[in-house]
Amino acid sequence: MKIIAFAEQRDNKFKKPAFEVVKAARTVADQTGGEVIAVVVGSGVRSIAPELGGYGAHKVIVVEDAHLALYSSTAYATIVAAIAKKEGADAVMVPATAMGKDLAPRVAVKLDAGLVSDCIALKVEQGDILASRPVYAGKALTEVRVKSPVKVFSLRPNVFTVGAGSGETAPVELIDVPLTEQDFRSIVKEVKQSSAKLDVAEADIIVTGGRGLKGPENFAMIEELAAVLGGAVGASRAVVDAGWRKHDEQVGQTGKTVSPSLYIAIGVSGAIQHLAGMSSSKYIVAINRDKDAPIFQVASYGIVGDAFEIVPALTAELKKLLGKQ
Amino acid sequence: MKFAVCINHVPDTATKVAIGSDGKSIEKTGVNYVISPYDEYAIEACLRFKEKQTGEVVAISCGGDVHKESLRKALAMGVDKAVLLKDDATRDSFGVARALADYLRDLSPDVIMFGKQSVDYDDSAVGIMVAEMLGLPSAAVVVKLELNGGTATADREIEGGHEVVEVQLPGVFTIQKGAYEPRYPSLKGIMAAKNKPIEERQPAPMEAKVETMTMVKPPAKQAGKIVGTDVGAVPELVRLLHEEAKVI
Ligand SMILES: Cc1cc2nc3c(=O)[nH]c(=O)nc-3n(C[C@H](O)[C@H](O)[C@H](O)COP(=O)(O)OP(=O)(O)OC[C@H]3O[C@@H](n4cnc5c(N)ncnc54)[C@H](O)[C@@H]3O)c2cc1C
Ligand SMILES: Nc1ncnc2c1ncn2[C@@H]1O[C@H](COP(=O)(O)O)[C@@H](O)[C@H]1O
Repeated sequence: MKIIAFAEQRDNKFKKPAFEVVKAARTVADQTGGEVIAVVVGSGVRSIAPELGGYGAHKVIVVEDAHLALYSSTAYATIVAAIAKKEGADAVMVPATAMGKDLAPRVAVKLDAGLVSDCIALKVEQGDILASRPVYAGKALTEVRVKSPVKVFSLRPNVFTVGAGSGETAPVELIDVPLTEQDFRSIVKEVKQSSAKLDVAEADIIVTGGRGLKGPENFAMIEELAAVLGGAVGASRAVVDAGWRKHDEQVGQTGKTVSPSLYIAIGVSGAIQHLAGMSSSKYIVAINRDKDAPIFQVASYGIVGDAFEIVPALTAELKKLLGKQ
Repeated sequence: MKFAVCINHVPDTATKVAIGSDGKSIEKTGVNYVISPYDEYAIEACLRFKEKQTGEVVAISCGGDVHKESLRKALAMGVDKAVLLKDDATRDSFGVARALADYLRDLSPDVIMFGKQSVDYDDSAVGIMVAEMLGLPSAAVVVKLELNGGTATADREIEGGHEVVEVQLPGVFTIQKGAYEPRYPSLKGIMAAKNKPIEERQPAPMEAKVETMTMVKPPAKQAGKIVGTDVGAVPELVRLLHEEAKVI
């Protein structure tokens, strides 16, 4: 199969999901006898492109223009679809990030292709791709097949693991894709960074606080623990609704779905909507006063007790271990 | 201004999912269906704009007769008109988008709103597909929207921040939880909705591009270990995380 891998960049840097998509595409291409063409769109991004060879790209196609510095739904989709057509690609893979989730449906329509969103595994059977994806916020898993000649997949970040790149470089082809004003009817005016903090959707360790923390001021304790672990702070809906934390930290069915290596839930009861968003985490730690709280049913390790005693002790113990006195 | 809002009818989020006998979908008996939560934010956003600057809000759903229940609720919340694109067959996102786009092309609203995703299949696809099919610009995962004449400014959530997107109208927006906490239908609204007609249309049939082969429950998590019941358990927890789980 000839596969287009969209390598998302922001600020002319690749994020991990870009490497994950290239590598996952390569795994499929190797099993079907094919080729991976990575696509990089932006302004001044040519110099970062060769690195994708280290993750399995056979070739990188770069489209550069000052107008493409910031993401544009329509313009980026026009470019990716044009390249897929020109190359006669069988499949397009994008990361299931804010950018990729916005891009994939447009590309699918342009290519008259079936789309599978948020895949967590890709398997090759008789030369065809079988994709696994969670539905009902992870309460069920489906295996799906795309029947159209061209297929589009978005891949959930953090699931298709990559190590460091091999250092190999791929040949880069710089091409022009004609764009018109029509392609710029939606443009990003500004990107506002949330005080450089780590997003739960991207974090490998998450420390989540729930209503058991009693008030917003007590989240200082959660923030400190997260900082010691180099993780992100998450929140249950109860504390977001109460205005203690921002919605972008909410984990769950109407928040973000996360699958970090370590998820620590503190004063969180584990309502079904919360579990839906985090139960695929590799290790789950629960700290809750109530031994019957449902969160313990998914926790790998639990302490039944008062968060106000346990969390400071845990932070201190971790500092000792990690040498962050 | 003319507003359209597309709503899906889905199992409520408290549903405990069981797999149906076909092994490809969920068991539907005993499941309570609601308007997909993000679609309620989208309805609310439309209603607020309409109240501020007058206009009309049309709610559209594609599916079987049961979808009328959600359309009825949208009417009770205050939308002016409800349309069912009736199809009892299950459609994939592409098929739903095609049915909606075909209807919306004739309706030609200034603003088309969606939820950022349905909480059944979690595709996050239909809204943007419709935009592409209609050749319209869009902004996805919008927490706040401002309409200023021929353009809209959307505040959209991305990883670790926000993007401010300027969109020329007509445009498509998919709404994330944010500025538009949905209202409860008033008693008057509920009564009025009972008598409002729900228009029915027959969308062109469409073959699915994506086929579900199997649906299973995720492997059950092994019930974990209670390490202890007080602060004395902390060193052991840290040891387990370090030596057994090796995550720190
Ligand atoms: C449509 C819909 C969508 C939803 N989506 C989401 C979602 O995306 N994410 C989400 O999280 N929820 C969601 N919910 C809400 C969900 O049902 C729960 O209400 C919510 O998760 C509860 O949050 P909580 O665990 O923080 O609070 P609670 O359920 O109140 O639990 C607090 C816990 O803290 C414990 N506790 C109290 N004091 C202490 C102490 N001193 N030390 C240790 N433990 C203590 C208690 O034993 C209790 O278990 C949704 C609900 C609906 C209806
Ligand atoms: N059957 C449907 N009828 C009307 N609108 C729908 C339907 N399915 C999805 N939508 C809309 O498309 C959005 C995204 O859905 P999805 O792509 O399924 O996650 C939803 O929030 C709805 O606004």
